[in-house]
Amino acid sequence: MKKSRKETTFKARLSSFLMCAPITIWSVLFILLPVAMLVVMSFMTKGPLGRVVYSFTLENYTEILKPVYAEVVKQSLVIAVWTTALTVLLGYPLAAFIANVKKKTSGVLTVLLMLPLWVSGLVILYSFVVLLNTSGTINTILMNLHLIKEPLELLYNNFAVVVGMIYMFLPFAVLPMYSSIEKLDKGLIEASKDLGAGPVVTFFKVTLPLTSPGIFAAVILTFIPCIGYYMVTDMLGGGTSMMVGNLIYRQFTIARNWPFGAALSVILAVIILLMVLIYTKLGGDLDDLGA
Amino acid sequence: MEKKNRKKNAYVTLARVYAIILFVFIYAPVVLMIAFSFNDSRANVVWSGFTLKYYAKLFHDSGIWKVFGITVFVAVISTILGVFVGTTGAVGLTNAKFKGKKLITNSIYFPIVIPEIVLAVSLLLTFKIPGIAMSLVTVIIGNTTLILPYIYITVKARLVGMDPSVEEASLDLGADRVYTFLHITLPAIMPGVVSGAFMGFSLVLDDLIVTSFLANAETTTLPMKVYSMIKKGISPEINALTTIIFAVCAVGLLVYLLKWALDVYKEKKAKANALL
Repeated sequence: MKKSRKETTFKARLSSFLMCAPITIWSVLFILLPVAMLVVMSFMTKGPLGRVVYSFTLENYTEILKPVYAEVVKQSLVIAVWTTALTVLLGYPLAAFIANVKKKTSGVLTVLLMLPLWVSGLVILYSFVVLLNTSGTINTILMNLHLIKEPLELLYNNFAVVVGMIYMFLPFAVLPMYSSIEKLDKGLIEASKDLGAGPVVTFFKVTLPLTSPGIFAAVILTFIPCIGYYMVTDMLGGGTSMMVGNLIYRQFTIARNWPFGAALSVILAVIILLMVLIYTKLGGDLDDLGA
Repeated sequence: MEKKNRKKNAYVTLARVYAIILFVFIYAPVVLMIAFSFNDSRANVVWSGFTLKYYAKLFHDSGIWKVFGITVFVAVISTILGVFVGTTGAVGLTNAKFKGKKLITNSIYFPIVIPEIVLAVSLLLTFKIPGIAMSLVTVIIGNTTLILPYIYITVKARLVGMDPSVEEASLDLGADRVYTFLHITLPAIMPGVVSGAFMGFSLVLDDLIVTSFLANAETTTLPMKVYSMIKKGISPEINALTTIIFAVCAVGLLVYLLKWALDVYKEKKAKANALL
């Protein structure tokens, strides 16, 4: 009896070890090691012809303070903040609508919401070039209706970038807000109304605080990818707008300055991780960001 | 009372109109993309007549099909790897205790919480510094890492809702661990595995950032090809291909909707019969 018990604990340990091994090895090799490499690289010196000289320097970080790059960081933040604010503001009522229809209907609506991005976000995003062009769909319609005389400059500016970004992130922002609104106890809203609060007061004092985890998850899910999505800026900004993502992309392609690119990446990651830290400290669950 | 109802109805209508407007915003670019796959003019600006020639061209364009094949191959292999590593990991890490577990579980969330480009350049450095050449293997490793947290999270969510005594009962009744995992645990977490796999698969299909940093000239995927065209304009063949993919998904959704409508109809009929 004693022996068999020992055997089971050994077997239990072995099976637990075998189950944990793949993910542990994977995250050490392909997540932790790469992050360590990135941090180390950010302190290395740039050599001639895109080479890296392995000697310690802080130069890459002081380089970021130069006005040219500070301007890019500022512009990135402006675009990211606008995109995030508008996406959440537009998405919240839609999330509320989807949460309040029949369960099956809301399932279909969520699928419809995600479908274009599942198929191909990039190809569909290119439609905005056609839509917003000076001779594009929107301008043609407005001109034919005689609402405008000159075509509007809708493309290749920050406006187009923000529109494209909203398009890419709206579905991802709606989902967590939808699930937090759906979980909301309807009795609380009834109670608030019964106690004499109007719809506006009820919304700000009951609904909004109780669904705030969903809103914050939406903020993070929009803000994080927004700064790094260099293709939206490339496609719709047309070289006029530049974000940190584009700057990093350049360091690893045309400019061939790995240490500086690494330093930019580290800064970007630190800013985002701080946001995530605040999110978890406020009671947010990291699992809500993935499902 | 009537006044209140009318007010409520007005709100419902308003909400519906709002939802419709947003769905128009979401689907207008899709409609435009589909329309231009049938447009005679190559420059996607004006409509100059209906044509199917880009579909014909698409079927003879071996270049695009090769790219499409690579894209699907990368997505399938990355999803299988991600499902294997993510599922075993979620099950294993729930009960395991070892030094450094916290570091591992936290690191799994990294690909979600850091911008994709940061993950991409980190992996690039990890391969390039020791002199590993970029290939299909590096692309697959990168994409698997990218989707791993999504699968891990969805599987973990199923595990949290699971009663551990069922597994214990199976073990107590003499089933071994492999049998218990395959017949008790796996069926219980299957919905999580499937939705995680689906999400991962669609992410890889559309991934540009990680893939383009870790690819070589031979491993061009569809998003990379699309991105290389944006300066000159996307070719109508790509629109045609995307339209076909979209149509397949839409038909799938339609079948699901019809099945649902049929279920509702049957249920109603059954209820009516029961009343009789």
